[in-house]
Amino acid sequence: MTAASGSDTVSVVERTRPIAAGGVIVGAHFLSRTAAFVLGEDAIVLAPPDGEPRRIAAHDGAILATAADGARIVSGGDDGKLVATDANCETRVVASDPKHRWIDHVALGPDGAVAWSAGKTAYVQAQESNSQSNKQSNREPRALEAPSSVGGLAFFPKGFRLAIAHYNGATLWFPNAAGAAPEKLEWKGSHLGATVSPDGRFLVTTMQEPMLHGWRLVDRQHMRMSGYAARVMSLSWSVGGHWLATAGASQLVLWPFQTKDGPMGKTARLLTPSGHRIDVVACHPRTDVVAAGYDNGLVLLVRIEDGAEILAKKPGEAPVTALAWSSDGRLLAWGTESGEAGIINLG
Amino acid sequence: MAEQSSPEKIPVTVLTGYLGAGKTTLLNRILSEPHGKKYAVIVNEFGEIGIDNDLVVGADEEVFEMNNGCICCTVRGDLVRILDGLMRRKGKFDAIIVETTGLADPAPVAQTFFIDENIGRKTKLDAVVTVADAKWLNERLKDAPEAKNQIAFADVILINKTDLVSPDELSDVEARIRGINPYAKLHKTQRAEVPLDAVLGRNAFDLDRILDLEPDFLGGDDHDHHHDHDHDHGHNHEHDHAHAHVHGGLKHYHDEEMQSIALHTDKPLDPDKFFPWVQDLVQKEGPNILRCKGILAFKDDDQRFVFQGVHMILDGDHQRPWKADEKRDSRIVFIGRNLPGKMITEGFESCIAK
Repeated sequence: MTAASGSDTVSVVERTRPIAAGGVIVGAHFLSRTAAFVLGEDAIVLAPPDGEPRRIAAHDGAILATAADGARIVSGGDDGKLVATDANCETRVVASDPKHRWIDHVALGPDGAVAWSAGKTAYVQAQESNSQSNKQSNREPRALEAPSSVGGLAFFPKGFRLAIAHYNGATLWFPNAAGAAPEKLEWKGSHLGATVSPDGRFLVTTMQEPMLHGWRLVDRQHMRMSGYAARVMSLSWSVGGHWLATAGASQLVLWPFQTKDGPMGKTARLLTPSGHRIDVVACHPRTDVVAAGYDNGLVLLVRIEDGAEILAKKPGEAPVTALAWSSDGRLLAWGTESGEAGIINLG
Repeated sequence: MAEQSSPEKIPVTVLTGYLGAGKTTLLNRILSEPHGKKYAVIVNEFGEIGIDNDLVVGADEEVFEMNNGCICCTVRGDLVRILDGLMRRKGKFDAIIVETTGLADPAPVAQTFFIDENIGRKTKLDAVVTVADAKWLNERLKDAPEAKNQIAFADVILINKTDLVSPDELSDVEARIRGINPYAKLHKTQRAEVPLDAVLGRNAFDLDRILDLEPDFLGGDDHDHHHDHDHDHGHNHEHDHAHAHVHGGLKHYHDEEMQSIALHTDKPLDPDKFFPWVQDLVQKEGPNILRCKGILAFKDDDQRFVFQGVHMILDGDHQRPWKADEKRDSRIVFIGRNLPGKMITEGFESCIAK
């Protein structure tokens, strides 16, 4: 039993607007105040604050990965397409894999850059711009072959630089530095996801083993972050990048990144112990609060400082698969594996 | 326990077999039968299979070592990625078939389902089905370690292309297979013609179905003998060729390299001795143990315990209470390479409760 099932827990469940998404939900984002629920196949459902949800056909098949920057969602599918969807319900094919390979990782970077991968090939494309001064060549995607299938992609917060996770390490790539060899970071094992800290000092990857691996980039010091019950499928940086919140355990695991040493030699903060596993995490964009989605359908809002909990969704039949905050932190969208979805208005 | 074998898990069948044995023929047969089911098929080469309704995905056979210092702890990295993707389309297909290349080791495929908890929650390994070429298998067993692995690892073996060999040759290849893996279900086929339920829906990795620890002799159709004597195949041979002896009409080969070891006792085991022993054994011999299975009776325990393993990975649970009329004995089978049979037998006997 979790502490949240006690009757004295504060609840915001009654502020939920249920959304009929009509399919398995695999991701959620916000485009301004419009919630977007990514379905397992074919479509993204956009729910504007004052209007009926609309189903946007984005792919013909499975939607394998999405990323959003507030203005658009880019999605990769098993149809070999990379599609951009905006809040006006317009979709546009950004790229098509010539061999119809699965596009199974995507990332959005600063200044509208987009990255995606198919098999071992990672691609980046700088912002598409109407500006006449923007050279045509800058809009052509650049490609880099990774040593194995790409496991994850993450842009650095500044500059046009991409981190690519793969088997036995990660590659750091400046696509505009023509002729410069990409930098290799080595660590044995299969790296399946990547995130760069908001200050650009750390790269953290999720591994096939139930653990994270981190590099302090200035001196390539390694950080091993272990103790999980399952492969970590969800990571989120708290406001200011002070904490890295992680799923994959029956407690909310937060790694401290307040200092230049990051979590080296420190233990993680563990909050909300329960008998169920956290599958998804999403940090509030303005305050030190984490939304945690459990494999029994529960969603809790957890204050990092003291572990205080607010109930956001009661346990249900299916695991929580998606959580997203609006950029002002007033709206929280959640979705589950069985297609239940809701938007909580925290006012 | 019952709730672990969730009916919603999508079954995955692995098709292996050396180059040219008839894997693709079997795959096409499965897909074209009027079974009304849809399959997601993971293949290495497109183009040879004719598919209308089914999903086909290309694989890269990336074998990734786990970062735990154990060289036999591997997963198929591409399979992790593909299964994650396929699960997004759950409901669009009834089962998954993974066709491996002729040179592939089945172990990383099987281990993927044990090691990756996210995949194990949504899919379950149904069986490893190996297609063997009746005419060429004997040659391949001599020169291709992959072919031997595929036989040793299999739950179901098709001896295919039987029309190309004489009855004597067929009986010889069957005996060779039995010398390596006496436990797999054997089917003799031409053009991979086999009833679908012989290769699909086998539940061979389901702990609740670890019933058959008796060698399979083609349903005991042509002879009837029991293996109640101790099966210690770990004796040291000074020569390095296979040898045969005639036993109950069927030739018996003992493969010099790959053997099975069957352990049996009717005395209850001490769990405090057994678990450390078996853990230590798979730690040390894991690279050589391809598969193991067991049904165990522990002292002062009314529950039957079942386990299985692939290399170093063990998976076990209490299964159900022993029935009143059931003989409470313990059986374990190891299939592996150059196994120290005497040491394993003695170790097992030392786990008998005093």
